[in-house]
Amino acid sequence: MFAYILRRLIYAIPILIGVNLITFMLFFMVNSPDDMARVQLGAKQITPQMIQAWKEHRGYDKPLFINHNEEGISMLTETLFVTESLKLFSFDFGISDSNRNIGSDIQERMGPSLAIALPTFMIALITNISLALILVLFRGSVLDSTMMILAVMIMSISGLFYIIAGQVLFSKMWHWVPISGYESGWNGISFILLPVMIGVFSGIGSGVRWYRSIFLEQINQDYVRTARAKGLSELRVLFVHVLRNGMLPILTGVVVVIPTLFMGSLIMESFFGIPGLGSYTIDAISSQDFAIVKAMVFLGSMLYIVGLILTDISYTLFDPRVKL
Amino acid sequence: MMFSLLWTDILVWGLLSVLLFFGWGASRSEQIKKQWHAIFKSSIAMASAIILFFYLFFTLLDSVHVRFAMEPTKTKSEQVQYSEIVSLLDLIFAHNIQSTERTYSAPFATHEYTKSIIVDEHGVTKQEYLPLKHISKKAHSLQKSFIAVMIGLAISIMFILVHIFWRSGKGFKNEFKLIMQGNTKLPWRTAYGMIIFLIILCTWFYMLSFDYHVLGTDKVGGDVLYQSLKSIRTGVLIGILTTLIMLPVAILLGVSAGLFGGWVDDVIQYLYTTLSSIPGVLLIAAGVLSMQVMIGNNPTWFETTLERSDLRLLFLILILGITSWTGLCRLLRAETLKISQMEFVTAAKAFGVGRLTIIRRHIIPNLMHIILISVVLDFSGLVLAEAVLSYVGVGVDPTMHSWGNMINQARLEMARDPMVWWSLFSAFVFMFILVLAANLLSDRVQTVLDPRNKS
Repeated sequence: MFAYILRRLIYAIPILIGVNLITFMLFFMVNSPDDMARVQLGAKQITPQMIQAWKEHRGYDKPLFINHNEEGISMLTETLFVTESLKLFSFDFGISDSNRNIGSDIQERMGPSLAIALPTFMIALITNISLALILVLFRGSVLDSTMMILAVMIMSISGLFYIIAGQVLFSKMWHWVPISGYESGWNGISFILLPVMIGVFSGIGSGVRWYRSIFLEQINQDYVRTARAKGLSELRVLFVHVLRNGMLPILTGVVVVIPTLFMGSLIMESFFGIPGLGSYTIDAISSQDFAIVKAMVFLGSMLYIVGLILTDISYTLFDPRVKL
Repeated sequence: MMFSLLWTDILVWGLLSVLLFFGWGASRSEQIKKQWHAIFKSSIAMASAIILFFYLFFTLLDSVHVRFAMEPTKTKSEQVQYSEIVSLLDLIFAHNIQSTERTYSAPFATHEYTKSIIVDEHGVTKQEYLPLKHISKKAHSLQKSFIAVMIGLAISIMFILVHIFWRSGKGFKNEFKLIMQGNTKLPWRTAYGMIIFLIILCTWFYMLSFDYHVLGTDKVGGDVLYQSLKSIRTGVLIGILTTLIMLPVAILLGVSAGLFGGWVDDVIQYLYTTLSSIPGVLLIAAGVLSMQVMIGNNPTWFETTLERSDLRLLFLILILGITSWTGLCRLLRAETLKISQMEFVTAAKAFGVGRLTIIRRHIIPNLMHIILISVVLDFSGLVLAEAVLSYVGVGVDPTMHSWGNMINQARLEMARDPMVWWSLFSAFVFMFILVLAANLLSDRVQTVLDPRNKS
């Protein structure tokens, strides 16, 4: 087990280097540091000295991939690509355009992001699975077909609509919850309520359909017939046998998402004014702060890879047949 | 008058001709014909396809761009001056483009939405709802609606009669009876009903758009109906072109990874694992941001804003394509791996059939259902993604008409009381109908084509 995890972690390194290379190319080759300096300085007359000073301040004053001024191995190491990558790998995300430390910003904002994303994830998981099981129980009935049509309709409406409609109804017209804002601790629960509800509801269509198809695939298996032949009740067959066997495909789709919950939801957080990582990213995108976007790309891909490893580990926990 | 081709126009028409060519090729194969018959046997699928066809029709109308020669100016320049680039849709709705109001007005309103301060002839200032400028005061809307419905009915019935005649030839009367009974192989009754409904809706909206702002006006007084119709092209283009641009890459890499194995497989697997591990929105954002800076640094590339926004749309489609090929590629690799172990491939190899022929004759046809399913499945997701991306600020150009931009602008007006709802509402409804139709059709395609559903 331990050897397997170690092997997977080592395998993750080339992928992270690849991610890094892609983001580096996007950020530094399409726009050279000189271009960035010009955009950032924004003054009318920009002298080469000013650009040089800006690049030195940022540490962007080295060549991109090959340094012809150096000898031997440092021809490759004394370059922008290597120094920037090493910084990212040691979680040193540098400073943003507004001169704040990105690393500590990220630590600060993870909490609010999780406060929204974790409850949404948990509640959505439970409601979707239970709804899907109910539909499978009544499969082929009028309830099943109407709910499936409803699910397609829920899926077809833009997520932005749910947010806007929710804000108008619950905050503006009925004044049940504040329209936006955030507070940590138990006092903040009224701020969290609406985004979580909307998050759960907007995913219900595709979620229920997905779980239902998984359970329906199981229901035609031989073990289900055996269980029924033993005289087990339909409820017991569904909730014990089918649910457990459906766990494996569910895990594949679900566990991967868990680490990325840290990243928060871009849209939700910016609509509800929650100071999490999602709104952080949106602000960075709209103010064209490349350093932050780069940090978030790196963090996001790392969390995704962690999710993949967790998925494999969860297999061994839930399926005794799988041995790593 | 001069036709002018934007980049996306070239792609749209090129794509259409390729699709028609393939459709012509496929129509000669009995098996494929049977599959399509099976898909359209469901009346929901038929109705969805007709809705999608209408959206496509508006896209095509909006993809023919022309420029008109301007009046010769006093300066004796040799060059003929051309006006702005306009599309056929712009020409049809020319009256709506010219008739901009001052600010918001509700659908079918005769007066502005907000009171303005005016000074009357006695020098007294008061607040009043000003009448809209481009509303015909004496419009007999009921009478006009009736005429519109009649015209719509006439046009649609004409189309339908031509179609029935073309299909049945001499047995026209008999065929007509069968259709009315709903006794045909394909659900033509539903199809014709849908066509009549949609054409009547279009004519009604169009006739009334001369007298009213049918769906209201936005902040700067632009007509919302016109904007929603213009947005169709953006949405459909993003939905279709993205998948079709990434399709060759996904097929090429997926098939070669599955078939050749070894280091080719390793490299391709590494490539798509890396790409798919970057969060999609962030990769798109990073790409679009870089592109923005690039365009900002080279303002001389474009003659008009339309060309700039068009190229931006193309870039967006490319970036979306880069982020979305990985899923399909993984599926195709797995399927190719499975197929290449099968007896008929081994047999073909034993007969000495070349590799390329094996791919063309044995592997690609067996992958077609996966490809088709993923094209229709991705479509609705991409249309919805456009709105979100425009909201984030990495979508299409802000000057371009799109549902995302409409929502984004209208969102700021939510705080007003009573609410300005029509802009949001129109964008959501237009988007909802398109996505719903696509989802319903893709469901049907999946149930018919997916071999796992045979049981």
